[in-house]
Amino acid sequence: MIAEGTRESAEQRQHFLTTETLSGRTITEILDTAESFISVGEREIKKVPLLRGKTIVNLFFEASTRTRTTFEIAGKRLSADIININTSVSATQKGESLLDTVRNLEAMHTDLFVIRHPLSGAADLIARSVPRHVHVVNAGDGRHAHPTQGLLDMFTIRRYKGDFRRLTVAIVGDVLHSRVARSQIHALTALGTKEIRVIAPRSLMPAAVASLGVTPYTDMNAGLKDVDVVIMLRLQFERMSGALIPSAREYFALYGLTPDRLRHAHPQAIVMHPGPMNRGLEIASEVADGPQSVILPQVTNGIAVRMAILARLAGAQAAEAKTS
Amino acid sequence: MNIAIVGGRVIDPGTGWDGVATLYVKGAQIAGLAPPADFIADRTIEAQGLVVCPGLIDMRARLREPGLEHKGTVASEGRAALAGGVTTLCCPPDTEPVLEHPTAVQWLINRAREVAGPRVLPIGALTRGLSGGHLADMHALHAAGCIGLGNAGAPIKDTAVLRHALEYAAGMDLLVFLTPEDPWLGAQGVVHEGRVSTRLGLAGIPESAELIEIFRALALIQETGARAHFCGISTARGAALIADAKQRGLKITADTPIHQLHATEDDIGVFDSNYHVRPPLRTVADRAALRAAVAGGVIDAVCSDHQPHEPDAKERPFSDSAPGIAGLETLLPLTLELAEGGDIGLVRALAALTSGPAAALGIAAGTLKPGGAADICLYDPAATWTLDLGSRQTQGCNNPFFGKTVRGQVVMTIKDGEIAYERGRAR
Repeated sequence: MIAEGTRESAEQRQHFLTTETLSGRTITEILDTAESFISVGEREIKKVPLLRGKTIVNLFFEASTRTRTTFEIAGKRLSADIININTSVSATQKGESLLDTVRNLEAMHTDLFVIRHPLSGAADLIARSVPRHVHVVNAGDGRHAHPTQGLLDMFTIRRYKGDFRRLTVAIVGDVLHSRVARSQIHALTALGTKEIRVIAPRSLMPAAVASLGVTPYTDMNAGLKDVDVVIMLRLQFERMSGALIPSAREYFALYGLTPDRLRHAHPQAIVMHPGPMNRGLEIASEVADGPQSVILPQVTNGIAVRMAILARLAGAQAAEAKTS
Repeated sequence: MNIAIVGGRVIDPGTGWDGVATLYVKGAQIAGLAPPADFIADRTIEAQGLVVCPGLIDMRARLREPGLEHKGTVASEGRAALAGGVTTLCCPPDTEPVLEHPTAVQWLINRAREVAGPRVLPIGALTRGLSGGHLADMHALHAAGCIGLGNAGAPIKDTAVLRHALEYAAGMDLLVFLTPEDPWLGAQGVVHEGRVSTRLGLAGIPESAELIEIFRALALIQETGARAHFCGISTARGAALIADAKQRGLKITADTPIHQLHATEDDIGVFDSNYHVRPPLRTVADRAALRAAVAGGVIDAVCSDHQPHEPDAKERPFSDSAPGIAGLETLLPLTLELAEGGDIGLVRALAALTSGPAAALGIAAGTLKPGGAADICLYDPAATWTLDLGSRQTQGCNNPFFGKTVRGQVVMTIKDGEIAYERGRAR
């Protein structure tokens, strides 16, 4: 593969840390690979031997069901050996540093780390510390990035809506604390999306949100007008400090996605949510379970997209082994 | 020792001297530009091509002792100071235990003498345990040798406590060091609130955190008449508030760390924890305004804000890493670079390292005036060099300017008439 920029080079072939540095072409390639993996999940024997003999460690410092499970399934379908380690930051803070934990696991000949950590930049830190033959996939770091979620959302949007250049996408809710939103915004931008809006009260928007290339709205109805894709975000109470919103009730009244609100969007608009959902807080059950919702397909697509990302890193390694 | 420093460019911002001359040192004191009667030099230093200026005064440098010896010691950081041309430094009280007892203060001053380090002027704790809750024994700390009192960046949330501290200090003419950061707005933040905090998903410290604390402190200073020094101004509007307050005649001074005059939020790149500092690196516009504030004398002093750390303190996720830069050895060359670039005149730049901090502290150092202590820095303005982990004196590993090629290298540091550092010669 030809590198398109300086940052989209060595580091990107070795690791998968953010969507910020991915080109539209690279994203499209990954989505195309993911399409080819969809059929693997539908077969009787759901396995391909791409990662046979490789050891993947799912190192999760924060609770996760969806992401960890879909990574595990993705790795297994690629025939890798997967080990899940769920640990809390407080346990490691008692003694071992994050890098020491990783170094120990690396000494056990881990080939690939899937990392989730509550602090922004944790995956980048680990990626900088591992040797060249070890890969790091960011499965969510603090408020920074969740690039595999970002790409599986692109995959879902592409499947239902096609060409990004004709789409208006609204991301609604707790953008301030959302690594998912950041990864989506970068990916949507790289894919040439016509318009990206974020809808939230100002207290849940990052200070310089416009610098990400999005149009901010505080009025939900105005922001939803004629959009093709509505992405709802979870209110992240665990990352909030202080009084960012008056109450859950007022939040739902102003920013909850109800059937009435959804009527402001394009009639064929799809509704997405990265999960886990707070029903009745950011999204009404009628919408979450309604005909426009693609929330469960998002989860299914997550497996194929994560397979594509794991395979891409393994492929890069194979290419490197050939040249060296 | 009698020393003749021959043929250097003698620059003394305090007296306004600037010209090629020979500087005479008699014993521990500056004799002047003419030899005193019966002067016989024990050592003659050929200083052609060198700049001869007062030993630098650093308004804020952590030595880490007592209690944090894994980060640095009085001996190691003292060597770094002298290698950087610094002969006097103020040491904040956030050691372990904190500098809240006269015995700890005396120990620190004596320790610096034992290791033949720079003159150490401890800043005593303003509140007990730096808790912000109860005043420390301010007068006793001053009597033990503290240059002033401060809370080393730990917040004093209770405005009544801050007011009492300033009242008490004003009555005894004690200098109070204030760190302008609102404890509520700054609490979670690790970088400037703006483009970089937005992109990296790091909690921001807004500009208003600095402004609000300056406003609060200025109101109390005006009311109490206290003498106060603001540590680490980082924003354009913060500098403007200082300028305005000075114009209104308040007895205040201010400093900014040298890294604020060079780096901005953008240098953080992809979570480079070597740029994790507090107050955070701000915008390009803030940096330009801070340079102008130093050039115009609104900011009295440029300091190193030296904070040495062990590698592990920085090899962490950004918000978990320890803030600070081990900057003693890069203070002078980075300041000279600003003069080179024309942002600040050379004499004014040196004033921010000598006469400026001396005036802020109310001490007689920082000048080459005859009769004063012979604290002298000789540097080669043409020498280009690169400071790195291998050549550093500090125990700290954390300096984003390691590896940068700079111009202007300290050749010799004289303290109290003794040669305390000489380039290429181990002591």
